Amino acid sequence: MSTRVFIPNDTAARSMGADDVAHAIAVYGERMGLDLTIVRNGSRGAAWLEPLVEVETTAGRVGFGNVMPNEVDTLFVHGQVNLAHDRCLGTVESHPWFAAQQRITFRRAGVIDPLSLADYEQHGGLAGVRRALTLSAAEIVADITTSGLRGRGGAAFPAGIKWNTVRQATDTTKYIVCNADEGDSGTFADRLLIEADPYQLLEGMIIAGLAVGAERGYVYLRSEYPWAITVLREAVARAYAAGLLGTHVLGIGPRFDVEVRVGAGAYICGEETALLESLEGKRGVVRAKPPLPAMRGLFGRPTVINNVLTLAAATDVLAAGGARYAALGLDRSTGTMPFQLAGNIRCGGLVELPFGRSLRSVLDEFGGGSLSGRPLRAIQVGGPLGAYLPEHLWETPLAYESFSAVGAMLGHGGIVCFDDTVDMAEQAEFAMAFCAHESCGKCTPCRIGSTRGVEVIQRLRRREESRRQWQLLEELCETMEFGSLCALGGLTPLPVRSVMTHFAGDLLTPVGGTGQ
Amino acid sequence: MSHPPMPDADELACLDELIADLPPQADQLLPFLHRVQERLGHVSPAAMRFAAHAFNLSRADVYGVVTFYGDFREAPVGDTVVQLCMAEACQAVGARALAAHAEQRLGVPLGSSTADGTHHLEAVYCLGNCALGPSIRVKDAVHGRVSPSRFDTLLELRAIDRSRS
Repeated sequence: MSTRVFIPNDTAARSMGADDVAHAIAVYGERMGLDLTIVRNGSRGAAWLEPLVEVETTAGRVGFGNVMPNEVDTLFVHGQVNLAHDRCLGTVESHPWFAAQQRITFRRAGVIDPLSLADYEQHGGLAGVRRALTLSAAEIVADITTSGLRGRGGAAFPAGIKWNTVRQATDTTKYIVCNADEGDSGTFADRLLIEADPYQLLEGMIIAGLAVGAERGYVYLRSEYPWAITVLREAVARAYAAGLLGTHVLGIGPRFDVEVRVGAGAYICGEETALLESLEGKRGVVRAKPPLPAMRGLFGRPTVINNVLTLAAATDVLAAGGARYAALGLDRSTGTMPFQLAGNIRCGGLVELPFGRSLRSVLDEFGGGSLSGRPLRAIQVGGPLGAYLPEHLWETPLAYESFSAVGAMLGHGGIVCFDDTVDMAEQAEFAMAFCAHESCGKCTPCRIGSTRGVEVIQRLRRREESRRQWQLLEELCETMEFGSLCALGGLTPLPVRSVMTHFAGDLLTPVGGTGQ
Repeated sequence: MSHPPMPDADELACLDELIADLPPQADQLLPFLHRVQERLGHVSPAAMRFAAHAFNLSRADVYGVVTFYGDFREAPVGDTVVQLCMAEACQAVGARALAAHAEQRLGVPLGSSTADGTHHLEAVYCLGNCALGPSIRVKDAVHGRVSPSRFDTLLELRAIDRSRS
């Protein structure tokens, strides 16, 4: 019988040479007369082990981490998998890094061939949409409401309320829009899901369509993710060929079409109204709300706009029932969240856990310390608009409410670690510079305020009139926070203020160390 | 904005081909501009004029869109575009030092092309490879854990590829 060998085909694995490893294994198998079937799976999210090669055995899939092309011949001895190899991890699922997670949304990631619908179905796929097809629209929405599912894109708005608004709208045309413009540094969960399990997203969109009476969906996917675009387009084509999409969903349902649209390098298009403008072919300029997109969204029609992970989670809510999903998590942060360990961390990757574990416990259990070997000093959670947390706040539970209680935000679950060589004044300046670079220009506090913010922080860094500039920066942050039209200008003060509160010394201590 | 030229015969044939299967709706502007950029390397004033006519938009509308998005270029750049991820996760593992090395190695600052037209160096904000930074992208390939010496190796490998083709 042929032995299946799994070599991930996602961006992270390929960035570390997975394609060369796959080629080397194919050549080796042929030369040694081994009957190997190479499967290009998605990534399980253990970026620190990529390329992670797995060989199927009777005991399960045995993994080898960080495999180099020139060492593939050592993975086998006499045609058998080499369990004595120093890179051998044993069976991957029993490895502590994986075993300690609670994978729901990402349970198939890295396990299946991403583009095989048969694999998807065999591993629980389509159960959600099959059940949804037996329910009324109101019942589907009720299940989502019961689950407590909140938008995973960062704003954490209850999905049930959004879906219900669109369901009740009387327009004949409605849309489902998937926000796959994952622009936050430190986040890669959307990319990983699309590259590892794309049908889950399509299934979630179909469920949303059934729930609100929409027949057309768009995925707005960022251009910085070329491989995700390729995989998703192929998945859409195969879903049409298999009758999952098209005139009758699974042969029995109403029509549902999905189109993949590619962004063009504008961070602001992750903001939902700017994204809609961009989908309509315009500059990605933020719209004033109200009206909410649920009332007047794409082309002026009622629109459900949700993040990749929200729509993906909807498949499990429907498959298992809303109550079972709601049983996980902490308070109003129900279910699981994929946390993404990134930056200066040894064991970076995607860790899916129920909400509520402390940041420190996740770092301790999964992170493995800094990559540089130096002490960690600051951790930015929630992307470029999230706060930098000093060590005494690392006990904060990873949940929406507990993070906002300490002046931070969970956002899309990105956790970016910095060691003690970081200059926090430089990071504060970058936060303002990033806002200036990415501002859509519609509102003054964001457009002008961010540029002024860069200048004020530069003066602070040069130790010019520190007290006056400090006060100016405080007032500027307040103006941006309360005067901006959307989260870009409104939240840029968050990282800046966190540096002022927790790392003031980096902005104020005189150069040379003498008091002033 | 001065009056842009009409596309010449070759460019017109190419633009006609790129637009052939797109419906003439304004929301198809971005998909069309992507095709133009991919095929021709930039969106010329003539192409913008063509798009305005095809989608029934003003030239100002099209110009506004082209200049709003980081992906679209109004003029040609160096053949091999090298994107360096300069976002926080990559900053935490040496993206700033890598950028300084890349600028020195290619002899141009971020956002510009080399004098011989072989390379274009630019910053990008997040390639989604945040656990394996610093990351760079060359064409559609992302590379992780790029040290200055690995950067040099990747450039040399591409040089070899070019000399073969």
